[in-house]
Amino acid sequence: MYEKTLAEQSRLLASGDCSSSELTAHYLDRIARLDSDLNSLVSVSTEGAAAAAKLADARRSGGENSPLLGVPIVHKDIFCVDGGKTTCGSRMLEEFHAPYSATVVSKLSDAGMVTLGKANMDEFAMGSSNENSYFGGVKNPWQRDCVPGGSSGGSAALVAARLAPVATGTDTGGSIRQPAAFCGLTGIKPTYGRVSRYGMIAFASSLDQAGPLAATAEDCAMVLQAMSGFDERDSTSSANEVPDFTANLNDSIAGLKIGVPEEYFSDGLDAGVATAVRAALSEYEKLGAKLMTVKLPNQNLCIPAYYVVAPAEASSNLSRFDGVRFGYRCESPVDLEDLYTRSRGEGFGAEVKRRIMIGTYALSAGYYDAYYLKAQQVRRLISDDFDKAFSEVDVVAGPTTPTPAFQTGAKTDDPVAMYLNDLYTVSANLCGLPAISMPCGEVNGLPVGLQLTGQHFDEARLLHAAHSYQLATDWHQRMPSGIE
Amino acid sequence: MSWETVIGLEIHAQLATRSKIFSGASTEFGAEPNTQACAVDLGLPGVLPVVNAGVVSMAVRFALATDSSVTQRSQFARKNYFYPDLPKGYQISQMALPIVGEGSVTVGLPDGTEKNINITRAHLEEDAGKSIHDLFDGNTAIDLNRAGTPLLEIVSEPDMRSAAEAVAYARYIHALVRYIDICDGNMQEGSFRCDANVSVRPSGQSEFGTRAEVKNLNSFRFLERAILFEVERQIDVLESGQEVVQETRLYDSDKDETRSMRSKEEANDYRYFPDPDLPPLVVEDAFIADVRSAMPELPKVRRARFVEQFQLTPADADAMMSDRDTADYFEAMLDGQKFTPKLAANWISGELSGRLNKENLAIQDSTVQPDRLAMLLARVEDGTISGKIAKQIFDDMWSSDASADDIIDKKGLKQITDTSAIEAMIDEVIAANPSQVAEYQGGKEKLLSFFVGAVMKASKGKANPGQLNQILKDKLQSQ
Repeated sequence: MYEKTLAEQSRLLASGDCSSSELTAHYLDRIARLDSDLNSLVSVSTEGAAAAAKLADARRSGGENSPLLGVPIVHKDIFCVDGGKTTCGSRMLEEFHAPYSATVVSKLSDAGMVTLGKANMDEFAMGSSNENSYFGGVKNPWQRDCVPGGSSGGSAALVAARLAPVATGTDTGGSIRQPAAFCGLTGIKPTYGRVSRYGMIAFASSLDQAGPLAATAEDCAMVLQAMSGFDERDSTSSANEVPDFTANLNDSIAGLKIGVPEEYFSDGLDAGVATAVRAALSEYEKLGAKLMTVKLPNQNLCIPAYYVVAPAEASSNLSRFDGVRFGYRCESPVDLEDLYTRSRGEGFGAEVKRRIMIGTYALSAGYYDAYYLKAQQVRRLISDDFDKAFSEVDVVAGPTTPTPAFQTGAKTDDPVAMYLNDLYTVSANLCGLPAISMPCGEVNGLPVGLQLTGQHFDEARLLHAAHSYQLATDWHQRMPSGIE
Repeated sequence: MSWETVIGLEIHAQLATRSKIFSGASTEFGAEPNTQACAVDLGLPGVLPVVNAGVVSMAVRFALATDSSVTQRSQFARKNYFYPDLPKGYQISQMALPIVGEGSVTVGLPDGTEKNINITRAHLEEDAGKSIHDLFDGNTAIDLNRAGTPLLEIVSEPDMRSAAEAVAYARYIHALVRYIDICDGNMQEGSFRCDANVSVRPSGQSEFGTRAEVKNLNSFRFLERAILFEVERQIDVLESGQEVVQETRLYDSDKDETRSMRSKEEANDYRYFPDPDLPPLVVEDAFIADVRSAMPELPKVRRARFVEQFQLTPADADAMMSDRDTADYFEAMLDGQKFTPKLAANWISGELSGRLNKENLAIQDSTVQPDRLAMLLARVEDGTISGKIAKQIFDDMWSSDASADDIIDKKGLKQITDTSAIEAMIDEVIAANPSQVAEYQGGKEKLLSFFVGAVMKASKGKANPGQLNQILKDKLQSQ
């Protein structure tokens, strides 16, 4: 059953060839057998999942037939779920129970999805390797001495190992797309505002977006459909109408104009990755797309701008974790200063503290103009570059990451080398654009990701383009070995 | 050397919305601790603020009432600092782009003159919770009911030159915010509080002196006392050859002095930046037009109309304008009635307000509503009853639903204006008091009031006083 895509499982559920209870039990069994090695989940909701599956089956007997009814899912542990723990990968929230569910979680539960558990992640979504989780690292199912990417590393590893047909992730600078690329999956970060952020623990509020990671673009389209839409509890969510993401998936893409930025094929790019991406672009040409060269002259400023804006917002967003009302509190504080210093010092991991310090510095009196304000101006320039490109092309294509998955521990001592993983992904967040990553090849047995970036609210076109590629290729069908 | 005082005020007016500025929790005062704080107010992870539209229209109302500009694209910003009663570790406020821009008000001063005070800005922000240090020994208790309560911080230019001017301005703003219904003005509950920026400089010098900010003054008396103390302190410092330190000070009302809280060097770096959870606050022209059309007539316009239309003296007009409910009561009384507005004003300031004070009632809750009081005064004006009888009837009306006419009829209180009836009563009194008549005629004219009183008593107070006086004098002289 696990070899089937979400869309195929949906059809089996609809035809009655399989019940949600059977499907759920199948995945819970796989999790029990396979996850002790991978460490991709931080909590499993055995009883809750069984009850939700039973309810879904009852709804179906009652005549309901929505496409996600009874389909299992795992949520990244950044989404609050009423009734269970939400840790955000941090000691700070090791025992935190939210009295509410994130809008994304409520929407997917309302659609009938069955929550199997919560996925491991980099602490507070800060990281590109999932090595920053308080609950331990996650192994890449393709090569277990490699990282799965981050911060949605648990989500990517568990879907790659087929412990669920889909998982939610969040993407602040590439945290859906980079692990999707490292684990041979399809993952989409929607337009900023497409999906509600309510109940999703904030890292950098102006960059954070939720999205799905699954085997195929079609699966992503089905789940994103149910996640999207205006939420009155999130002032930054968009009132734009949500189109039917699956309606035109099988149409031809002939005439699609694909922009290829020269800047994406620069020195930092692994040769094997470059070859795989070039091959994928040729495949698109065969499908009738037109390749055009575009320029993104400020591409080199993306990482510096991102690593000012994101930590600045994070430094403020994470101030609420002070040991006063909820979360970790140090033992026997002697006074208020001690309570703050030790609760935060002991509750947060090293990378989180590093970014809080960078962000605090960037917002300080006397440095604000030189860092935060300047970074926001650079953000505008990068946005202008994309606007100019989109006046000529429909989508911009390139590699998702400069390299395939790297060895565990290889970059933990060099934060800047780690940050360069986000070279091609952060611009979509800085500009609020939707972007998708899909598998397009392998280098030394590790998957390679192709990224398409679209215009605001143009997710349908990205999903359509990815699906067309997947109809013509089989990279998305490959699975790691040892997951039987 | 003579010194000049320079004062600017920052006034925090709590906006009178039922729910909080960024959440649906209630703002009601006095609830059990921590029962009116929802997930948003508690700053739980993942929750987001949503602006209460009510606060936006209230801020625009304030702008329109003070000739201030409305910033049509204002912005919320985060003011970052750690404090246990600040749940998110930052306060959502406005910094670079406040919703209300420059404006000005004309304030009446105690000496009868007027002064223009310029408003620099007014911005929206959320209140913090409350730390209570004396409830549990050695521990601090936190009540987050107040967290997220909407505030409008009104910042003036340093235009005031004395404590009296500062108090007059604060009183003006206090009356205004209540009048336009955006703040209940309750200073005991903290709904209206002031910070005073005070400095002194040698008279004639154009540069300002170094200022101290005195925080959290929650009565006009404390505002005045704190400024007076601070001015004296600063002059002492300067005259002893030292410098005034820029700092935040606290007023201790028990000791009637200000104390240093923190100096400029110790001040927090608040690391303000635009709140990414809240898009720019856009106020469309149509929205402003709607607020404008729903605005009550402003106090200064209404006061002028009272003087012009009703021929009130400025003092009476001020009395009728003491608050909006009084002005509404006054106008409701005059609606369609035929008595002089002056009579209505006298009754509101005298009999009615005395009674309301005694019973501790607000005018809008008065047992005697404007239509009932108007009928009573109409009977005074048309001579049916005397003013004195009217006061008796008013007392009866207070404890019943009866109209003035019903009471007059039932108790037979109609004034006696029949000359022959009055003459008959006078004749009886004269006949019964021959010795007093003789004394009167012998030149002791003060006895007239004795006769008036006796006849009034005989008439049970109903004799028309004018007629009585005239006839009595005639009769006593012709005896």
